[in-house]
Amino acid sequence: MTMSDWLSQPENYVFLVIALPMVFGAWRVVTTRNVVHAALYLVLALGGSAALFLLLGAEFVAWTVVLVYIGAVVVLFLFGVMITRAPLGRQDDLSHAANVRIPAAAISFALFIIMGGSMLSYFGGEEFTADVGITRTADIGFVIFDRFVIPFEVVSMVLLAALIGGIVLARKDPEPKEVESVDAALAAPEGGDA
Amino acid sequence: MNSLLAHAAPLLLAAEDGGEHAETVLADGGVLASAAWLIPVVPMVMAFLIVFFGKRSPLKGWGMAVGAMGFVALYGTVLFGQALFGDSAVVYQGAVEIGDIGTTTADGHASLLHLEWGWLVDGLSSMMYFVVGVVGLFVFIYAKSYMKGDIRYTWFFASFTLFAGGMLVLVSAPNLIQLIVGWELVGVASYLLIGHYWEDQENSSAAIKAFLVNKVADVGLFIGAIMIGLSVGSFRFSDIMEVVAGGGGTTLATVAFWAGVALFIGAMGKSAQFPLHVWLPDAMAGPTPVSALMHAATMVTAGVFLIGRMFPFYNSPEYAEEMRWIIVIIGSLTLFLPGLIALVQDDIKKVLAYSTVSQLGYMMVAMGAGAYTAGLFHLFTHAFFKALLFLGAGSVIHAVHSNNMSDMGGLRKYMPWTFWTFLIGSASLAGIFPLAGFWSKDEILASLQYAGENYPVEAGGAALANVALVVAIVGAFVTAFYMTRAVSLTFFGSYKGHGEPLESPKMMTVPLVALAVGAVTAGWLNIPGVTSYFTDAVGKVLVPAGDHHAEAINFAIALSASLVGLLAIGLGYLLWYPDKETQQERDTFRIPVLYPLLVNKYYIDDFYMDVIVRPIRGPIARATDWFNGHVIDAVVNGVGFGTKALAKPIYAFDQRGLDGAINASAAGTAGTGTFLRMFQTGKVQQYAVMIFAGTVLLVAGLIIFGT
Amino acid sequence: MIIMQFLILGAALFSLGVYGVLTRRNAVLVLLSVELMLAAVNINFVAFDRFLGDELAGGQVFALFIIAIAAAEVGIGLAIILLIYRNRHDANVDDLDLMKL
Repeated sequence: MTMSDWLSQPENYVFLVIALPMVFGAWRVVTTRNVVHAALYLVLALGGSAALFLLLGAEFVAWTVVLVYIGAVVVLFLFGVMITRAPLGRQDDLSHAANVRIPAAAISFALFIIMGGSMLSYFGGEEFTADVGITRTADIGFVIFDRFVIPFEVVSMVLLAALIGGIVLARKDPEPKEVESVDAALAAPEGGDA
Repeated sequence: MNSLLAHAAPLLLAAEDGGEHAETVLADGGVLASAAWLIPVVPMVMAFLIVFFGKRSPLKGWGMAVGAMGFVALYGTVLFGQALFGDSAVVYQGAVEIGDIGTTTADGHASLLHLEWGWLVDGLSSMMYFVVGVVGLFVFIYAKSYMKGDIRYTWFFASFTLFAGGMLVLVSAPNLIQLIVGWELVGVASYLLIGHYWEDQENSSAAIKAFLVNKVADVGLFIGAIMIGLSVGSFRFSDIMEVVAGGGGTTLATVAFWAGVALFIGAMGKSAQFPLHVWLPDAMAGPTPVSALMHAATMVTAGVFLIGRMFPFYNSPEYAEEMRWIIVIIGSLTLFLPGLIALVQDDIKKVLAYSTVSQLGYMMVAMGAGAYTAGLFHLFTHAFFKALLFLGAGSVIHAVHSNNMSDMGGLRKYMPWTFWTFLIGSASLAGIFPLAGFWSKDEILASLQYAGENYPVEAGGAALANVALVVAIVGAFVTAFYMTRAVSLTFFGSYKGHGEPLESPKMMTVPLVALAVGAVTAGWLNIPGVTSYFTDAVGKVLVPAGDHHAEAINFAIALSASLVGLLAIGLGYLLWYPDKETQQERDTFRIPVLYPLLVNKYYIDDFYMDVIVRPIRGPIARATDWFNGHVIDAVVNGVGFGTKALAKPIYAFDQRGLDGAINASAAGTAGTGTFLRMFQTGKVQQYAVMIFAGTVLLVAGLIIFGT
Repeated sequence: MIIMQFLILGAALFSLGVYGVLTRRNAVLVLLSVELMLAAVNINFVAFDRFLGDELAGGQVFALFIIAIAAAEVGIGLAIILLIYRNRHDANVDDLDLMKL
């Protein structure tokens, strides 16, 4: 399919409208000098992905992304930012110096080229089948509890473990000890703590 | 057993008529002969057993020793009896092959280096078995009591039994090599036993002297044996005698004179012939049983035995007969000169020692004059009465605790058994009719006279024999003289010591009596004209000797000898018997020139010391030491220095070269580690960089190069 | 719609996330970049699911699982970062180098 053919489909315009801000947002996540801004740019990227899911007809996934990713994960991030007393506002030293950035940029660019190139050579301009229907949530529910019940259970275990782990990790020590140095504190096993 | 024998060919022994060259043949001797290898082996084995087990045995080794000697005595008696009274000619040679270097020669002689262990059973060996066994048995029994409480009781009997074994090896040897083996064995045993009380320097010196003097003579023995062996192509007596019997013109004949001389030199050492007699008087340092058995009856007779064994060699005009005049001269000197020394000795054992030397001279003179039987007969009787005299002297010494006659006197009252047996022995030695010594001495004198008339060599030889005869008769006088002196000073007069000496215990006196019986009767085996058992016995050898045996008593000789003896006794009696108190003062034989000469033993010992021993000990030893220190050590030290010098560059190479290489490799490893450590920063982001970079490269590589 | 547009988008997002992981100094921002990478993967999954017309809707189900796991991982990650901050009063990843030789 040529570019003009592609552009003649109206959904592709929608796609572009969603995708370009996403890319911009992602780019800003990794380059901004403001921590809070980074989190917010991530919201942009994630929101864009939700919209794309809607475009693809995966409604349940889209709304899950909004609820969980944007609603919980990003909020968590903001909490983390606050608790670690990251200096709010502009910060010049959020990224490494150029001696790290340039090789990293090279690597990521190479990665992009490789991935893109290989996929392009395989798929070329294949089109979606004409009918891109909307996936019913009930169907997804059926599938999860029929074919994917075990992964589902495992994931629930993982969540449980994360829950417990998070609580254990983050709670305060029962008997706070005087620490002379960071290394000594790290070396000595903390009483009762995991 | 028979399958191991090298020779078992039964052949007939030709007529015993002397003079004819009979065929050398060997007979099958039956069980007794074929088992006769036990005779030397049993004592040798027993000696070893005593060494290891003697101390633990109830009789401390004596029982084992006496058992061995008893066995030999019994066996020897049987064999000798067979030789004496049996009619069958038993000449048997058994052998067990040890090894063979070279091949058998064309005419059946064994190859030159054919090593075999053998045993001869013939008249001569049987006689020696008997002597060694019987006399040895009595001496061993005596020794149990005499050596009681000795510091090295068990070892004494071990060495003594070893000696007996060695002597038997010597007399049973069918070849020169084995004879030499036995010869050396008895030499070793002699050394051990003379030096039994080695805590005293004198005794160990005496042992060394005996050994060294014998060793000097042994050079002759070896040379002679090698000459004979190489010429004949074999060391076996039977082979040698075969060559001798076959007439002249052989290789052996060309060397026979000097071989004979060489062998005789060897005999001179063992049999204490002048001037190699010097060791025998000093050998009296050993215990008395040793003196009795070894240095009177058996070991010292080995030289005479050797001449006897080789007698056809010495009797044949084409061979060594020409050198016999040397034997006569030396024998005469030996007979006479040491006898004189006996007159001035205070030590009773030394008197007997010089007497032994003198009697050995008699035996040698007889051999030299061609009187094979006479020499051996005297050996036979001498064994009995000389052993008796020594044991008696031991008994006296034991009672008085001193060897010197100046401490004795009047012992006749206190020690009757010892006195009477000693008297019998002395009389036998002096040649009083009808004791054993009379017959054997008489036979020698008769042979000398016969030789004087019939000496086959040029007229000079006959004159020599006549001179020897005169010397022998004078020697008989001297013998009787010094024995009378000894008896008088010891048993008559008054006791010079304090207290009362006691007669010796039964275990010592019974052997004395037994030997006295021998000293009386042994001579009756060969009464001229009446019995000739002894002659017949010792004639049963491979090649019969062909010597002269008188058919009737030679009255002239017998009378003159007896008269001379009685004269000597009378003179001695006059000198020493009466007036007991002044007896000792009169025991000074102080003829001006003669006495110092005799007391200093003709200065022979001094001569040896100054001319031979001191130069070797002094300058020669020093020179050798210098050579050793400067030349040999220089070589050794040079090697040492050279090695050290070589070691320096090697060390440098090791330090810098090898160690440098090792250090470099270590440094390289450390450097690589330091370099690689830069990747282990602990920073996760850097690890992530590496992971992604690696992935990119990998995939790129796959895309470009793979399919 | 062609599949490539989604794939390229996913690749771009992923690469940007890689860049962020490698470059950022604040631990929270690194985690943020990881979330970006996960989002890119989600897009890939759902796109392929719709492209292949999967009856089972496996891609979407898997995307849901990824979201759940991502949430758990963020929770734990932030808890760890919190602890590090408590000990060092600093969330700089450069200082987390105790594992070096």
